[in-house]
Amino acid sequence: MSALLEITDLTVAFGRRPPALRGVDLVVEDGQRLGLIGESGSGKTVTALAVMGLLPDTARVRGSIRLGGRELVGLRDKEMARLRGDLVSMIFQEPMTALDPTMRAGRQVAEAFRLHRGADAGRAREAVLAMLTAVGFTDAARLADSYPHQLSGGQRQRVMTAMALINSPRLVLCDEPTTALDVTVQATVLRVLDEVLDAEGAACLFISHDLAVVSQLCSDVAVMLEGAVVERGSAQQVFDAPAHAYTAGLVATSRLDLVVPGSRLPTVADHVGRARSRGPR
Amino acid sequence: MLRTIGVRLGVFALGLVVASVVIFAITQALPGDIARVLLGDGASADQVAARRAQLGLDRPLPEQYLAWVGGMVRGDFGQSWLSGLPVRDLIGPRVGVTAWLAGLGLLLAAAIALPLGALAALKRRRWPGFLTSALAQVGMAVPAFWAGILLVVVFAIGLRWLPANGYVPLRSDPLEWASHLVLPVVSLGLVQAAVLIRYVRSAFLEVLGEDHFRTARSIGWTPWRALARHGLRNAAVSLVTVIGLQLASVLVGAIVIERVFVLPGLGSLLLTSVISNDLVVVRGIVMLLVLAVLLINALVDISYVFIDPRLRTGADR
Ligand SMILES: Nc1ncnc2c1ncn2[C@@H]1O[C@H](COP(=O)(O)OP(=O)(O)OP(=O)(O)O)[C@@H](O)[C@H]1O
Ligand SMILES: [Mg+2]
Repeated sequence: MSALLEITDLTVAFGRRPPALRGVDLVVEDGQRLGLIGESGSGKTVTALAVMGLLPDTARVRGSIRLGGRELVGLRDKEMARLRGDLVSMIFQEPMTALDPTMRAGRQVAEAFRLHRGADAGRAREAVLAMLTAVGFTDAARLADSYPHQLSGGQRQRVMTAMALINSPRLVLCDEPTTALDVTVQATVLRVLDEVLDAEGAACLFISHDLAVVSQLCSDVAVMLEGAVVERGSAQQVFDAPAHAYTAGLVATSRLDLVVPGSRLPTVADHVGRARSRGPR
Repeated sequence: MLRTIGVRLGVFALGLVVASVVIFAITQALPGDIARVLLGDGASADQVAARRAQLGLDRPLPEQYLAWVGGMVRGDFGQSWLSGLPVRDLIGPRVGVTAWLAGLGLLLAAAIALPLGALAALKRRRWPGFLTSALAQVGMAVPAFWAGILLVVVFAIGLRWLPANGYVPLRSDPLEWASHLVLPVVSLGLVQAAVLIRYVRSAFLEVLGEDHFRTARSIGWTPWRALARHGLRNAAVSLVTVIGLQLASVLVGAIVIERVFVLPGLGSLLLTSVISNDLVVVRGIVMLLVLAVLLINALVDISYVFIDPRLRTGADR
């Protein structure tokens, strides 16, 4: 395995505010699935958007992001646009608003395909229907002709998945793709994602709050806290023997099965309070 | 969907009725007596009364109103008090002039404002964005007649490229028609474009902040192409609304521009009729202009249904 994505000392700041990322180091190997966890505001989304080159133009980026050996920081947007949706793609959190409401779902998937493959409409349609079937739609043709408002959240997120994977990217960034869905739908979308990532052999950076989901989908985990990666390792290692106090807190709060009935629930702050004095940060 | 269209057409019809009452009332309230104007100061009170009766001005107002509206429904706008000619024959040949001027002016304004508004939105933190917004601000402050005079001085008097005034109908000589319309259309279009750019910019800014715009970028569209593919249609509802509303000010601008370039359009006839107290003609022209504005805005509202699929089937969300 070789490093597909190599983020080194990445710093991102918005305006005069303290930096949102302060020296992130992260490696995703070819075909690897890395879960990225961390509390709200720790910089997970900013990290993913930095890789996509889609940060707002108020953002100042320093450091290095190498994708397939190519430096992305400072790359011209025209060049970056060529890689987006082809070499690297992204699945966003908000299924209700991430699709264009004025365009049929199938056309939006077809666009992603034709933009990079230059295929004619007929061949694109075939590819789209095959991809929609792959993400679990049994009536792909009807689905392709629907507008987003005619689809449920889970259906839209599968359309999003089809868009992100139709060009067989080597890296897929998933930003909490199931957080906005209810639990039963979550399971379907995750299973579909798992299947298509496998089928394409794509690597994945999977951002989530949900440790259960991460341990189910990812082989490795990185933990972010206040704009930096504080711990990383195999999922099993991180969850069973967390090295950083913050991670220990995250794991403890998600292990509700271990809480003694009647006792106070643990919070991450319980653990980070101790971390501030002796943690490895 | 058919219901939406039906309701909108109802509103349109109601708007016409209200407008006709208002127009009638206002022209009625204007000072001056046409009979006295026609007969001169030397006329006796009896002569004036006889003339008023002949024009139907002695009848009760509601009756006069109904006669006027009833005539218009049949396509009869009455006779000019001044010349005795049918108002329809006075207006007819002039409608084309004003329609071309306003239509092409609005088209030019949109053609300028769409790309520049997009530029102002996409580059809002860089100098092209600042420059465009600043130019639009300056342009908005320029009165249309002033722009017209400036263009005449440069292109008609200075460079002698184009005629300074007058009009040639399209059918008699297309080339002459075009050359006579260039300067009026440009002066009208430039000033209107300056106003439109601000609206286009803010409509596009809204789209740039949408999640689906980020999605479009994430599959590989450049900002400009993402805006063309996904932004335009999503901004279209607000854009056609603004352009519909703009029509009224374009028509007012056209009246002024006709004056500057001595074009034989509705505007110049309207001004001379107001000055000479020929209220039948004034009413007919204003009614026609209001009809155009109401009609376009009704079409704009109906167009929403075709632009946004979510409005097509109200219930299935
Ligand atoms: N466009 C922006 N302008 C200014 N600050 C921003 C912007 N985007 C993100 N930030 C800041 O960067 C920090 C990290 O935000 P980010 O969205 O990456 O958090 P996150 O880890 O994804 O959180 P969540 O789990 O809630 O999604 C936050 O403090 C946020 O306020
Ligand atoms: Mg986030």
